[in-house]
Amino acid sequence: MITETAPPEVRKESRRRLRLDDNAIRNLGLVGVLVLLIIVGIITKPDLYSDPTWVRNNFLTILQQASAIGVVTVGMTFVIIGGGIDLSVGAIIALAGVWATTLATQSYGAGGMIFTALVVGLAVGLVNGVLISYGKLVPFIATLAMLVAARGLAAQISGKQTQVSTNMTINDIASTKLLGIPLLVWILGLVVAAGWVLLNRTTFGRRTVAVGGNPEAARLAGINVKRHTLLLYALSGLCCGIAAIMLTSQATSAQAAMANLYELDAIAAAIIGGTLLSGGRGTIVGALFGVLVFSTITNLFAINNLSTEVQNMVKGAIIVVAVLIQQFRYRSLTQLLKR
Amino acid sequence: MSEEVVLRLTDVVKTFPGVRALDGVQLEVRAGEVHCLLGQNGAGKSTLIKTLAGVHHADGGEITWLGEPFAPATPQAAMRAGIATIYQELDLVDDLSVAENAFLGHEESRFGFTRRRAIASRTKEILARLGHEHIPPRQYVRNLPAAGKQIVSMARALSHDARLIVMDEPSAVLAHDEVENLFRIIRDLTSHGIAVIYISHRLEEIREIGDRVTVLKDGRTTAANLPARTTPTRDLVSKMTGRTIEYVFPPRPPREQRPPLLVVEGLTREGEFADASLTVAPGEIVGIAGLVGSGRSELLETIFGARRPDSGTITLDGKRVRSLGTAVRRGMGMAPEERKSQALLLDEPVYKNMTLASFSGFARAGFTDAGGERKAAESTADKLELRPRDVTRPVRTLSGGNQQKVVVGRWLLGDTRLLLLDEPTRGVDVGARAELYQVIRGLAESGVGVLLVSSEVPEVLGLADRVLVMREGRLVHEAPAGEIDEDTVLDLVMSGSLMEGEPA
Repeated sequence: MITETAPPEVRKESRRRLRLDDNAIRNLGLVGVLVLLIIVGIITKPDLYSDPTWVRNNFLTILQQASAIGVVTVGMTFVIIGGGIDLSVGAIIALAGVWATTLATQSYGAGGMIFTALVVGLAVGLVNGVLISYGKLVPFIATLAMLVAARGLAAQISGKQTQVSTNMTINDIASTKLLGIPLLVWILGLVVAAGWVLLNRTTFGRRTVAVGGNPEAARLAGINVKRHTLLLYALSGLCCGIAAIMLTSQATSAQAAMANLYELDAIAAAIIGGTLLSGGRGTIVGALFGVLVFSTITNLFAINNLSTEVQNMVKGAIIVVAVLIQQFRYRSLTQLLKR
Repeated sequence: MSEEVVLRLTDVVKTFPGVRALDGVQLEVRAGEVHCLLGQNGAGKSTLIKTLAGVHHADGGEITWLGEPFAPATPQAAMRAGIATIYQELDLVDDLSVAENAFLGHEESRFGFTRRRAIASRTKEILARLGHEHIPPRQYVRNLPAAGKQIVSMARALSHDARLIVMDEPSAVLAHDEVENLFRIIRDLTSHGIAVIYISHRLEEIREIGDRVTVLKDGRTTAANLPARTTPTRDLVSKMTGRTIEYVFPPRPPREQRPPLLVVEGLTREGEFADASLTVAPGEIVGIAGLVGSGRSELLETIFGARRPDSGTITLDGKRVRSLGTAVRRGMGMAPEERKSQALLLDEPVYKNMTLASFSGFARAGFTDAGGERKAAESTADKLELRPRDVTRPVRTLSGGNQQKVVVGRWLLGDTRLLLLDEPTRGVDVGARAELYQVIRGLAESGVGVLLVSSEVPEVLGLADRVLVMREGRLVHEAPAGEIDEDTVLDLVMSGSLMEGEPA
């Protein structure tokens, strides 16, 4: 009979610390990248960084710019952990934003506009979910089709015009500060916190990991995989609805071309945050750091008056490097476990 | 047995971070022999064959192949040197044809274009040599049954002009008559001077096909070159486990008549099984014996609700069960045949895998209770003698037997009243088997009904209270386990010459 030689308690402790480190190391790595970017900022613009008020305001600007995409990334992270992908998030934002700023919707006031954006986001997410889980469409195809269709509908509704929001409550959201911190950043914080709790502390989160990690095992354990998949896309849609209000408030307008390529930014942020594209693994905190890295780069280029073209090339390189590192780490880990 | 020694391993060591997987392996293989490797899961068999195949590289010791020192840098190098490996999990590409799979990695080509015709005709020759000329070389591999895939794997080995073929549990996916064919092929190979290293958990196969046996335990050779046919089982088992007795089945308690828990009537799925009727009482173990492909796994999955029946009814405790969700809520649980792909989240810790079907029950208002789950999983781990007992370890790091315990443990945590077990001991080593049998019997004694499917007839006969025999989608015979023996079951399963027809 084989007996365990080390006392189980000791082993358990060391094991848990090891597993915790795995996520912490990656997050620390992302923090390191952030620090590096800030140092580059200090070197290139020492005059700006010598002014503490500017530093503070710039920091809040970065967070504010990260807020809408951050909310979308939380939803995206759930979808990817659950084994799917949502290419339609940018288009959903555009449709929700346009729908919420039609003259008819605006006549119902701020409440009506927020309600509309959330319902439109949720509804489109549900359609995605139904197509994927009950229509058995591949997520890539279903949400790609939705990307095209939702932007088309948004253009149709807006008549390709920019719809200006005349509602001051909505427009004020972006300029309001609570305790010195912009309301948009509070919203991001709230969504991230809710997402973290949902993923790590609820049955919904556990099901998400199970469905993405091994759908057959989840099904045979009695989990309703189809319904759960549907809910994941609905959640992503709802996040897009929230983001639509945030962006509309920032621009005091909405148009069919808004939130262009948000799907790529959200997917990239989730991936460099450690979410496995094949599903079953990922963290909300990592995804948030992923978003912050991107918005800090954008900020860095803006204060140095550099073109967005260079910026996009740097972004692309960062995605590749991050995934390479992740693959390398994952490979060495599995090899260690396989023995 | 005076053939030349083709392969010799002396004190081979292979360490991975934190573990010595091979810790002094001796092995001697002669041309034209079938050399069997025996050992429990985790004894180092897989590491050993991967070292020969060039996947891993030995850290110490000496390997001589055909008289020369041998250290293949890559799997391709090993194959070029004449060592081919057929892995347990077949490494075929489903969407390529038989011929393309056989010549994968060394396609004949001209100016970069594959010579499809030449490859196809060479594949045909090889298949003929394997006695399977009826497999069309252009057939897609996905359309072949498991046995056919095995043949393709073997064709790939032969396409390399291998002098040594390593087979890792080749019979695991085969039905009884297919194993016979496999043995015929092996005999043909060895008569041409090709050496075979054969790994199997089934002692009777080793007795039939093997020439010599080397036993591994904890990465070391504990016995080398034993005669395969005459070494007593007791000796082999003791070399593998350090124990001297073979496992036994737990005793059956006297049966009392109880109203059935599960009643299945006239269950049919077109092309899989027809008109299956059976009952399971609380506390009773019912075993289904049948060949791979007889429809037994499909029947089990249909009873569980994972497949939709074309007709027939499933009743649990007097109430109809129509879907998998209801089945689980009413207390049905299933340990499926394919542990890794159908039951486990390999990177998740043991306790989350154990509570996969019951974590909602632990949760309060949708919030999971990880502490409570861990505690419950720990007490189940104690009951099942899970090793290591640490429930926060990823399931991937456990041995096959312990992974199976996790799957069974999953259903102990809920209020499971009927447990469906599909091949519960596949890939589980001898020591862990006896423990699993004990666990299953213990469950039954606590009042759980068990419906068990296994290709190993002695397992069904030894464990079950009542035995059902399944052939070609029909239940052809039913008998209390004490009133039927292995020969009768095999006869029923193979030819059906006895007591034809009537489902009992």
